[in-house]
Amino acid sequence: MSTSSQPLALSAGTPHNRSLSAQILDVTGLDPARCYQCGKCSAGCPMASEMDLKTHEIIRLLQLDMRERLLASESIWMCLTCETCTTRCPNVFDPAAVIDALREIVLRENPGLVPRRISAFHSAFLDQIRANGRVFEFGLVASYKLRSGALFADVDSVPGMLARGKLALAPRRIEAIQDIRRIFEQCAMERPR
Amino acid sequence: MSRIGVFICHCGENIGRTVDCAQVAQAMGELPGVVHSVDYKYMCSDPGQALIKQAIKEHNLDGVVVGACSPHMHEKTFRKAAASAGLNPYLCEMANIREHCSWIHEDRAEATEKAKGLVRFIVEKIKYNRPLSNIFIPVNRRALVIGGGIAGIQAALDIADGGREVILVEKESSIGGHMSQLSETFPTLDCSQCILTPRMVEVAQHPRIKLLAYSEVESVDGYIGNFEVKIRQKARSIDVSKCNGCGECTKNCPNKKIPSEFEQGLGFRTAIYVPFPQAVPNIPVLDRDNCALFKGRAKGVKKQVCGKCATVCGRRAIDFDQQDSFITEKVGAIIVATGYQLYWIGKEQESEILHGYGEYGYGTIPDVIDGLQFERLASASGPTGGKILRPSDGKEPKKIVFLQCIGSRDRAKGMEYCSKICCMYVAKHTMLYHHKVHDGKAIVFYMDIRAGGKGYDEFVRRAIEESHALYLRGRVSSLTRNGDTIRVQGVDTLSGEPVSIDADMVVLATAMRPQPGITSLAQKLSVSYDLHGFLNEAHPKLRPVETNTAGIFVAGACQAPRDIPDSVAMASATASKVLGLFSNEQLEREPLIARVDRQTCTGCFHCERVCPYGAVERFEVKDRKGNLIKVIAEVNQGVCQGCGTCQATCPSKSIELDGFTDEQIFAAVNAL
Amino acid sequence: MKVGYFPGCSLHATAREYEESLKAIAPALDLQLEEIRDWACCGATSAHSTNHLLSVALPARTLVLAARQNLDRVFAPCAACYNRLASAQHAIEHDKKVASQVESILGASFGHPIGVLSIAQLLSEMTDRIRSKAIVPLKELKVACYYGCLLVRPPEICRFDDPEAPTSLESIVTAAGAVPVKWDKALECCGGGFSLSRTASVVRLGRSILRSAKDSGAQALIVACPMCHSNLDFRQRAINRSAGDDRPMPVLFISQLVGLSMGLDPVRLGLNRHFVNPQPFLSTISAGRVEHREQA
Repeated sequence: MSTSSQPLALSAGTPHNRSLSAQILDVTGLDPARCYQCGKCSAGCPMASEMDLKTHEIIRLLQLDMRERLLASESIWMCLTCETCTTRCPNVFDPAAVIDALREIVLRENPGLVPRRISAFHSAFLDQIRANGRVFEFGLVASYKLRSGALFADVDSVPGMLARGKLALAPRRIEAIQDIRRIFEQCAMERPR
Repeated sequence: MSRIGVFICHCGENIGRTVDCAQVAQAMGELPGVVHSVDYKYMCSDPGQALIKQAIKEHNLDGVVVGACSPHMHEKTFRKAAASAGLNPYLCEMANIREHCSWIHEDRAEATEKAKGLVRFIVEKIKYNRPLSNIFIPVNRRALVIGGGIAGIQAALDIADGGREVILVEKESSIGGHMSQLSETFPTLDCSQCILTPRMVEVAQHPRIKLLAYSEVESVDGYIGNFEVKIRQKARSIDVSKCNGCGECTKNCPNKKIPSEFEQGLGFRTAIYVPFPQAVPNIPVLDRDNCALFKGRAKGVKKQVCGKCATVCGRRAIDFDQQDSFITEKVGAIIVATGYQLYWIGKEQESEILHGYGEYGYGTIPDVIDGLQFERLASASGPTGGKILRPSDGKEPKKIVFLQCIGSRDRAKGMEYCSKICCMYVAKHTMLYHHKVHDGKAIVFYMDIRAGGKGYDEFVRRAIEESHALYLRGRVSSLTRNGDTIRVQGVDTLSGEPVSIDADMVVLATAMRPQPGITSLAQKLSVSYDLHGFLNEAHPKLRPVETNTAGIFVAGACQAPRDIPDSVAMASATASKVLGLFSNEQLEREPLIARVDRQTCTGCFHCERVCPYGAVERFEVKDRKGNLIKVIAEVNQGVCQGCGTCQATCPSKSIELDGFTDEQIFAAVNAL
Repeated sequence: MKVGYFPGCSLHATAREYEESLKAIAPALDLQLEEIRDWACCGATSAHSTNHLLSVALPARTLVLAARQNLDRVFAPCAACYNRLASAQHAIEHDKKVASQVESILGASFGHPIGVLSIAQLLSEMTDRIRSKAIVPLKELKVACYYGCLLVRPPEICRFDDPEAPTSLESIVTAAGAVPVKWDKALECCGGGFSLSRTASVVRLGRSILRSAKDSGAQALIVACPMCHSNLDFRQRAINRSAGDDRPMPVLFISQLVGLSMGLDPVRLGLNRHFVNPQPFLSTISAGRVEHREQA
């Protein structure tokens, strides 16, 4: 599991001062010290087989304030927020909320670390809301493909979707779209690139 | 005019560094009523005490105030010194200028002023002190032990061997408790019943032990040395004086399919039954809820249904009309040793704060059992004759997964505590399984291994190194049915790998909890308990076997999760406390308790209503002819704890604490 | 009964049949769906994955609009929208800091709490009515009820049914006269929003769900979320191919099943819009025909 060449420097300032834990506590109200690393979250996580860092390992790195490794990991973007871990955690901790908070820190501090396809999807999705107030799926898919470069996947399903009346061909914009745009501005949205 | 002596202690540097003791002594010397005032380095030392004794004689003191540490430390010391010089000990008091002054302030001038105030406070109070004498109450030197498991048995034997009579009350039909259900005990793998049953027989045969099995405590009155306990002897439907334990009734009972409680539901019993062959007393009990005769009666059937047992009983001992009976026993001390029950993962729980494990199927998946059920499977006298077999189909499981910490250490399920014994008995189970099924694979999911006793860690290593149990560190996320196996979805956090296993059987190490009904028993005894029902000890470190109710002691798992050696040790400890209590015919108590002024008491009984200890009784004041004048309050000197609630409540100021009268208190307050 | 109605983005496009079937069964159930005027997207996964404040503010706007329309309760048929709205309501009640931030962003203040309902909650309240309107016998129809992640979890947000052993969908299915089967993947995630960005994950997760449903003897899978429907219906061909198991498993919305029990025309219920042909079991319950387009 370990990928660093240096032993963990706990005697120096950071990571011993738990700055990342303090940040998470401030944002979510959850203290990572609550976790006793039982692993029940990872045991029930549907994405565990694809994650380099399992859920409990993410929390462990957080407890040890291993900021760089944690924020650069792809695993934190694989969480489906299925809430299985949150529902079953014996310490009533919420790993899913903590992972969301870590994602927001990455976007604020180093958006280039977000995996490309995931970044492309979220940008495309949120752009849709900002443009129309609602997600226009055709536009979403087109925008995602342009950003991610996954140009040809699912292209063959378009006729099927159209024939079933499942694809609207033009977006419908809500009336109070300015309200939505203002919400976005005020939430100081950081666009993943 | 008073003649008070004041002694200010430096307590080495403890007080002297912060408080100017000489100045305080000097200031106190100027108070009216103070005839002698000195300061000294160590008042509690022999020379220090000698100062007090000397001063009492030389200056004819009628009151002594020692400004020093907390009364908890040395009140007894100084009172003894005063008494030895001929001064009533209750005319000697302490002012705390250490914990309440020098230890919590830094400014010398301020601390010194405060110390003067604190001592002055006591000086003014002591002017109104009256001489008091200790109270003596008689002690009934018989003991009651509630609970006939290993802890109760040990306590009863120790007290009886110590020469005192014991009444042992057990709610089940036989004594022995959960230990009688175990197969083998850690860390020696002794056969549990083999080491237990000799003790059980000893109890039955001991001339000083009165065994009341199938009985429960109905009510408790009184106080230390003088308890009156009403005991309900439940109806067995058998006249115990006639029954000789021949077993014919059990053999002939036609209803053989009742799930046996002793076998934890894995085997069956009859309606009239003895729970296990080595039962003590070896007298059956008739389960009326499952008896055809009683079901017939309930339906109103005229003709008697069945009754086979009565027909075959050679001693005509069966009595279908027997009722519960009540007896009253007077005892001087009570030991509570009611033991434990295991938590179960089902959806219905006995309290709102507890939750079941939906992720493990709420207990509906077959072949998911708990530790006591595994013990019955492993027991040679159990439902499978000691073979480990699946309850669902009787096949031998080749892969058993053991889960530790089920309910325990789980805030989400309502029990944050560790149940202490599970790490050890799971290791034991893997070893028993390995001994019986050589090609079986035992896998244990754990979070930590708690094996702190003597030989305990070595025992767990044997399970891993000799019995080849596979220990995986991680909690299991879910148990689901997968055909006729159980899919276990877990993780090994040490390697970081999720683990999926198809198990033939899953054994859950479920949390230890106190017995059902513990809270109502505790209320009858006025003993406090925590949010789980575990009885509270008087002090977790230094008074672990006493409760805050004088005369009532606790032993074993009813106070906290505990294994057999610790339960036995605790039981012996309670016995020693009881024998100590019984070493005198009388109990000496401090007299700082409430007293009623019979002249002014109007008999409104507000005090009776507010007294938390039930110490207020009623007293009839009669004239010389014997006519009743009034009924007034009276304080039971054995029960009153001197809390003062009555004094604060009484509208006519007729009840006051000796040593803390209104007069004394107001004098002290006005001194500030 | 009148409730506020928040369709969510997919009900007007990729999950059109969900709204069609809801509107079809509403009259018989005496259910009035008052659409939230000018509603906007709840933010779904992308908002809560990137900006906590935004993930509360967007659905909170819907709650404010509902209050303005004098609605006490809002029903969101999509399980994800439901969970976002309920989470926003929970945050408003329990996180004073976020509540006041969102109030100032929206320029509105929160009054009494708005009840947020999922389809399971809504139809559970109507099982008597569903039973009385069930005129087509469905007792030969075995279905597996798929809850997915967000309908009953986490329990502090949803406060409805049991997060490990839920029974609300089964009670609705039983009221409609069909037979719910026992199976073990009812709460396993379908892969949610990864349909485009990590399709392989969706296929892997869908494999175990479909295999379990098929092995349990179910003739159809009942869902309550457009995302789940898409991942299991639209992606079923890919899932079946990767599993080497081409047994089809039609995927129906719970509202479509209720509609079938009422004897409504399957086309009106949008059953012709599915990728997996529902005709085989429609025939067993003689519920009429739908014209099905094979997936190209």
